[in-house]
Amino acid sequence: MIRFILNRLVLIVPTFIGITIIAFAFVRVLPGDPVLLIAGERGVTAERYQQLMTQFGYDRPLYEQYFSYLFGLFQGDFGTSISTKRPVIRDFLTLFPATVELAVFATLFAVLVGVPAGILAAVKRGSWFDQLTMGTALVGYSMPIFWLGLLLIILFSGVLGWTPVSGRISLTYFFPAVTGFMTIDALLSGQRGAFQSALHHLILPAITLGTIPLAVIARQTRSAMLEVLGDDYVRTARAKGLPPRAVIGQHALRNALIPVVTTIGLQVGVMMAGAILTETIYSWPGIGKWMIDAISRRDYPVVQAGLLLIAMIVMAVNLIIDVLYGLINPRIRHQ
Amino acid sequence: MPMMKTLLAATALVAVMAGAAQAKTLVYCSEGSPEGFDPAPYTAGTTFDASSRPIYNRLVQFTKGASTTEPGLAESYEVSEDGLEYTFKLRQGVKFHTTEWFTPTRDFNADDVIFSFERQWKSDHPWYAYSAGITWEYFNSMSMGDLLASIEKVDDYTVKFVLNRPEAPFIANLAMDFASIVSAEYAAQLEAAGTMDLLNSQPVGTGPFQFVNYQQDAVIRYASFDDYWGGVQPIDDLVFAITTDGAVRAQRLQAGECHVMPYPNPADVDMLKADPNLQVMEQEGLNIGFLAYNTQQAPFDNPMVRKALNMAIDKPAIIEAVFGGAAEVAVNPIPPTMWSYNTAIQDDPYDPEAAKAMLAEAGVENLSMKVWAMPVARPYNPDARRMAELIQADFAEVGVTVEIVSMEWAEYLAQSSQVDRDGAVLLGWTGDNGDPDNFLAVLLGCDAVGNANRAQWCNEDFEALIQEAKTISDQAERTALYEQAQVIFKEQAPWATIAHSLVYMPMSTKVTGYVMDPKGTHAFDGVDIAE
Repeated sequence: MIRFILNRLVLIVPTFIGITIIAFAFVRVLPGDPVLLIAGERGVTAERYQQLMTQFGYDRPLYEQYFSYLFGLFQGDFGTSISTKRPVIRDFLTLFPATVELAVFATLFAVLVGVPAGILAAVKRGSWFDQLTMGTALVGYSMPIFWLGLLLIILFSGVLGWTPVSGRISLTYFFPAVTGFMTIDALLSGQRGAFQSALHHLILPAITLGTIPLAVIARQTRSAMLEVLGDDYVRTARAKGLPPRAVIGQHALRNALIPVVTTIGLQVGVMMAGAILTETIYSWPGIGKWMIDAISRRDYPVVQAGLLLIAMIVMAVNLIIDVLYGLINPRIRHQ
Repeated sequence: MPMMKTLLAATALVAVMAGAAQAKTLVYCSEGSPEGFDPAPYTAGTTFDASSRPIYNRLVQFTKGASTTEPGLAESYEVSEDGLEYTFKLRQGVKFHTTEWFTPTRDFNADDVIFSFERQWKSDHPWYAYSAGITWEYFNSMSMGDLLASIEKVDDYTVKFVLNRPEAPFIANLAMDFASIVSAEYAAQLEAAGTMDLLNSQPVGTGPFQFVNYQQDAVIRYASFDDYWGGVQPIDDLVFAITTDGAVRAQRLQAGECHVMPYPNPADVDMLKADPNLQVMEQEGLNIGFLAYNTQQAPFDNPMVRKALNMAIDKPAIIEAVFGGAAEVAVNPIPPTMWSYNTAIQDDPYDPEAAKAMLAEAGVENLSMKVWAMPVARPYNPDARRMAELIQADFAEVGVTVEIVSMEWAEYLAQSSQVDRDGAVLLGWTGDNGDPDNFLAVLLGCDAVGNANRAQWCNEDFEALIQEAKTISDQAERTALYEQAQVIFKEQAPWATIAHSLVYMPMSTKVTGYVMDPKGTHAFDGVDIAE
């Protein structure tokens, strides 16, 4: 098991270097000059342009910029935002918990609804429940997140008034951010109703972000279960006289979950991307929105650091999934 | 409507009452995050709304809702005969904010004025580069460095600015956000503690609201400043709830989560107007959307050709299709809200037949040209692509073939300003300081050819008029000169002036005292909310 984990860790180093190169190159390949964007319609004189380029270090040769960037990374310096003039890492750490909180609740929603739905659909294969579930999953998967989010707001906040429109918590609450997770900070603050308000504000964003993963997980669970339910050992278990619940729960599910766990891990990566749209709609102050703003401003340091940090997180999550996979499936770790 | 909503509102109300005793809070759903709270390094209106407007004051300030100036932190000023010396008498008894991180020991005085400007000017000033990447954008683009010879403290309440050349718009420049006055005492405290960065995140000013807290990208909180020299505010707390999507802002406003919002989507304006709990204010923006010909490229170097093309454009159709009706046809290069706007000038009539005849007379046949369209929505032009298509159809009616060209925004800005640019470019401008010079000289002056002057136009007579107007301080005299300049502009037609967009400001009917600012900033001093 240890060797298995170590193997995975070693692969991270070249992956990391590769990502730094991609992050660095990607922003510079984009057309559009950050200095000109700051100047806007006003324009900038040739000498001021040169002044600003030197100040930001963009007039140095590319390889020099890259190594200076890499060197800074190893010292924990991810650069300074061109627009806010603040260290990028500080903004990232302030905003990251919001995205994590959203992703956690969206994943919970997707898994707690998607897996049982998939299991039931497989068990009741061909029934109306199966058709309904898979049909809904297809619709959910095909809907653009932005549109879905707006629809939910109009229906549940506008027409029905059951949920707030956007934001992380009602504006009447004001307490210090200890962890950055609104739900935890609300509990810590002790203010009456704060925790409920935080949860209330999570409902629509979690549903919006979790819908596509839910659809994928449900379908994946269903097909994995169907495959397993057709296997010999399941037939044996039934023949032994085990109750259906034990057959499904103890024998089939554990094997069916293997591909499902992998899917969940991949969906975390998808959620990081989907978070951008969800955060924009729900005014959720996370790194997705931060990245979008930075890209349109050609804020190179933010985009680079953002790409790198998100890639690192996705790598970490997939490493954990690989380990979990090894735990669930003994055949893998003994290879 | 629904019981849940009432339940929610009731719970919120209980929470508020459990805290403060009926504090009046105004919530503004802003459209973006501020870049920082020191207004001088930045240029975005979103940043100014959050920093210079509530927290700071300037020596002179724009009169609410107008583009003229009135006394601010300076009670009065005198200009010397030669127009080179401006002596300001500062207001006495003005206090700075007392906050958790700073308690002032003295009132506002000349030291604060000198500090506020010299830090942006002198490269050897300890605050010139106080944070990595700080650049003084507006100070430099308004050429203040070239303009100023020195700033002198005459005594604690008198400051003299000495210029290198007479420049009447100088006063308007001092009303701009970058010229906000910061506390020299607070700066000294930060410098001694080695925490200079905090000037940008824990600001201290003399303005009507003091900064309380900023949750990044989410909420900004301010409290009314009790000792404000301009009088205590009707509201107790001001909250900016950052909501970047226009449709969501509208939903929040309707749900009562915020009281005021900017920049509604054009598609939502009718819905908001129809809501009985809301009022929608409107005003022409201090802006212009135009099509700039390249007057150094044949056949556009012939004014007759430019005039003819102007007459081929159906502007009302563009206003309907592109702006959804939310704009006014532009006649002059400055908007009607700007002083010195020449109301006597007539627009080029929409007359395709006459246009064809004029083109033939000018010897132009089978003209084929490029029209550049912006890839992004701007306040003065929400859909340049669409506008270009309409112009393409209009020009086809008079026998001119148009090829529409577009590219990424920063590239567009760079390429369109080149002197050898091929074709006419759609662009625009929003005023910075409410002074006609800010439009006419910046966009049509000879100095600006190859830069912001996208018509590459340099006309002797026009140039003489605007240069002279820069040097005179008397507004009536300047008005006469600018009016003449507009006549020349219309005759020579370096641009087709398309539209001035209307700006809408939806808010709850409970909000009173809000005045729209033509320059597009949003200020809440003097605003009240009925319970």
